[in-house]
Amino acid sequence: MWSLEKTMTKYIIRRLIGLIPTLFIVVTISFFLIRIAPGGPFDAERRPPEQVMKNIQAKFHLDDPLHVQYLRYMGDIVRGDLGPSFRYQDHDVNYYIANSLPNSLLLGFIALGMALLLGVNAGIVSALNQNSWIDYVAMAIAIIGITVPLFVIGPVLMYFFALRWDILPTSGWITGRYGWVTIIMPAVTLAMQPFATIARLSRASMLEMLRSDFIRTAQSKGLRDSVIIRRHVLKGSLLPVVSYVGPAFASIVTGSVVVEQIFRVPGLGRFFVQSALNRDYTLIMGTVIVYSVILVLMNFIVDIIYSFLDPRITYK
Amino acid sequence: MRKLLVFLLMVSLAVTAFAGGQQEEGQTAEAAQEEPAEFIIVNGAEPETLDPHLISGVPEHRIYMSIFEGLTTYDPETAEPVPGLAKSWDVSEDGTVYTFHLRETTWSDGVPITAQTVVDSWLRMLAPETAAPYAWFPNMFIKGAADYNSGDAGADAVGIEAVDDYTFRLELVGPLPYVLGALPHYSFAVVPMHIIEEHGKEWTNPGNFVGNGPFTLEEWQPQQKISVVPNDTYWDADVVSLDRVVYLPIDDNNTGYNMYLNGEADWMTTVPLDMMDSAKLRDDYHNAPYLGTYYYTIQNQKEPFDDPKVRKALAMTFDRETLVEKITKGGQVPATSMVPDMAGYPGIEGNGKNIEKAQELLAEAGYPDGEGFPQFEILYNTSEAHKKVAEYMQEQWAENLNIECELVNQEWSTYLSNRRQGDFQVARAGWIGDYQDPNTFLDMFLSGAAMNGGDYENDRYDELIRKAATMPAGEERFEVLQEAESIFIEKDQGVIPIYHYTTNNMIDLSEWGGWYVNTMDYHPPKDIYKK
Repeated sequence: MWSLEKTMTKYIIRRLIGLIPTLFIVVTISFFLIRIAPGGPFDAERRPPEQVMKNIQAKFHLDDPLHVQYLRYMGDIVRGDLGPSFRYQDHDVNYYIANSLPNSLLLGFIALGMALLLGVNAGIVSALNQNSWIDYVAMAIAIIGITVPLFVIGPVLMYFFALRWDILPTSGWITGRYGWVTIIMPAVTLAMQPFATIARLSRASMLEMLRSDFIRTAQSKGLRDSVIIRRHVLKGSLLPVVSYVGPAFASIVTGSVVVEQIFRVPGLGRFFVQSALNRDYTLIMGTVIVYSVILVLMNFIVDIIYSFLDPRITYK
Repeated sequence: MRKLLVFLLMVSLAVTAFAGGQQEEGQTAEAAQEEPAEFIIVNGAEPETLDPHLISGVPEHRIYMSIFEGLTTYDPETAEPVPGLAKSWDVSEDGTVYTFHLRETTWSDGVPITAQTVVDSWLRMLAPETAAPYAWFPNMFIKGAADYNSGDAGADAVGIEAVDDYTFRLELVGPLPYVLGALPHYSFAVVPMHIIEEHGKEWTNPGNFVGNGPFTLEEWQPQQKISVVPNDTYWDADVVSLDRVVYLPIDDNNTGYNMYLNGEADWMTTVPLDMMDSAKLRDDYHNAPYLGTYYYTIQNQKEPFDDPKVRKALAMTFDRETLVEKITKGGQVPATSMVPDMAGYPGIEGNGKNIEKAQELLAEAGYPDGEGFPQFEILYNTSEAHKKVAEYMQEQWAENLNIECELVNQEWSTYLSNRRQGDFQVARAGWIGDYQDPNTFLDMFLSGAAMNGGDYENDRYDELIRKAATMPAGEERFEVLQEAESIFIEKDQGVIPIYHYTTNNMIDLSEWGGWYVNTMDYHPPKDIYKK
């Protein structure tokens, strides 16, 4: 056991070190890609005259050659400084990310938690009652979750729950005047798609598992159904769900942009969109870096969890 | 299996219980909302900055109006300038020197505001290292400002001076009669230099912040809210009636509109296009002319648009009334002139719909019945509303002139960049006046001006605009500007005016007083009160 832990630790460290070049490449490519986009951070309907423009460029070192800017930027981010935002001038990028990322993460956790809890249960119930009305209802909901886009689900929920029935406030955040109820609609909206996928995944793998030989053996040995399902079927049928959850979490956090806008969630997604439209170079880079770290870390965590769930997988 | 069902049942019970508990909390929150005189504004995008010298947007301006006050400020009914930090002023005979007499008042931390504070503030605005995006605005007025701002001269070249503690003298580049209307603008803000020196760029954080407006900053949570509360040291504090003003940043107008309908906000500053029909039926919908013009700018120097006959033909072949009624729907005013309706300004007729004349003009330009006219592009920034307008134009031009065009949409920054570089043939544009004078719509089309992406050039026009800038206020000056506009639009058709903007506000005036419609769409919270 001790040696297993040791190989595991080694593996984890090696993987973590492996993340560095990935991030380096992402940062470098993004840095130059953004600069290719036409326009700049200080464009406005009425562009300031040349002399004022020059002052602004000088203030943000945009008048330096691009490779100098790149080196300076890389130097800063190694020290953990994402620089000043070009458009939100009263604070640094670090400040905005520190303020908004936790909100996006919290929303993501709750949405994914709901999706997992309901999705796995729906999948199990459907599989155990295959081709019954329960199965059809659950899978019909799942199809809706997969096919209807967020920007439709969100406003529809808002229309019924806030405007028609007046049960929930239209929008806001947990720290605002309406408190925790504000998280319900954005979380449900965001949970729809992963819920649907998880329900379908767990149903399919559950069915496959139920038909496998070792389950039949267990049944013929006279074990009770509930024991078979808990001890044998569940663990195996959760594997595909686990491999889905990592990327799903990353995509929930990075893809919550629309939901954040509709429900006024003060998350990172809103800055991501706004900064891209504003050509706010440093803020774009900051959000890209955070998102890449989340994506890469999630894949990594899934690999680790996998090794615990599936005895066939070992890491060296 | 049974255990599983029991488990699911328990989960659903727990969820219901949780929701029930939350609902009660929601009700108490609603009760809290009933507390008197909190005014909640749906304020558009997240404010980029609260530093008045770095502001350049409308949402920031709304906040600026409550936490700062310039030498003059806006009358809530007319948006005309009224005394602010300056209690009175004298104007020299030639109209180029203004002497302001300041109130003996202080910042919200008790530090006095003197004439020297005004000088230091304005110099900060103009200093090249501040890199203020709106510096061009004071540059237009203050003598020597442009030279200092561009680094060609020192700070002493700027025509401002503290005569004594409470007397401030301003020297203008000419007798610009509209300067008083420009002074409430944030680019003429007076800022607390002592706080800026102490805290650097973090001076606008709540806690550090010090201002001189009717309100002062209470809280700023990014993407969530900014709230302001009355400033006790404000000279006119007795008038201030609201206990708190909350500015909510919002990316999605439909959400903002729903919030308003649901009673979660008191003032919605715009109406989403697809809600317009239902909004119009409500008593709390307020539509009013806005000091702005929606127009198509044309590349004046490139074929086939270098011929004024072609530009005129384009301007005369569509029905502006149909456009505003059926397509834009917001009560916009059909426009054949660049300058919207303005008190005292006679205005021009412009070239309205006249299809026969347009066809003649096109034939004279060498394209009878559109023959040989090259296909061209209409450029607009991506938006459903702009697209609908462009489609209408495309259809009308094809039907009446037999010429073909394609629609090209680009996201905002790309579009701006192309428009600035003149990389377009016909492009959608809009302009909102900075002050109530025709000049704010005309001087941007001087040869080589930054906004003149269509490269309109006419020496006589330039001469008239420059002449008007040296004239005192009055009929004669307006006649000169009118002649200039006539050359620009009626003779040359440098751009194609389409409509004058209107404002669409939602606010229940049976509940709130002191809020008036006006052409600048300025509504200072100082004067708003709960009925």
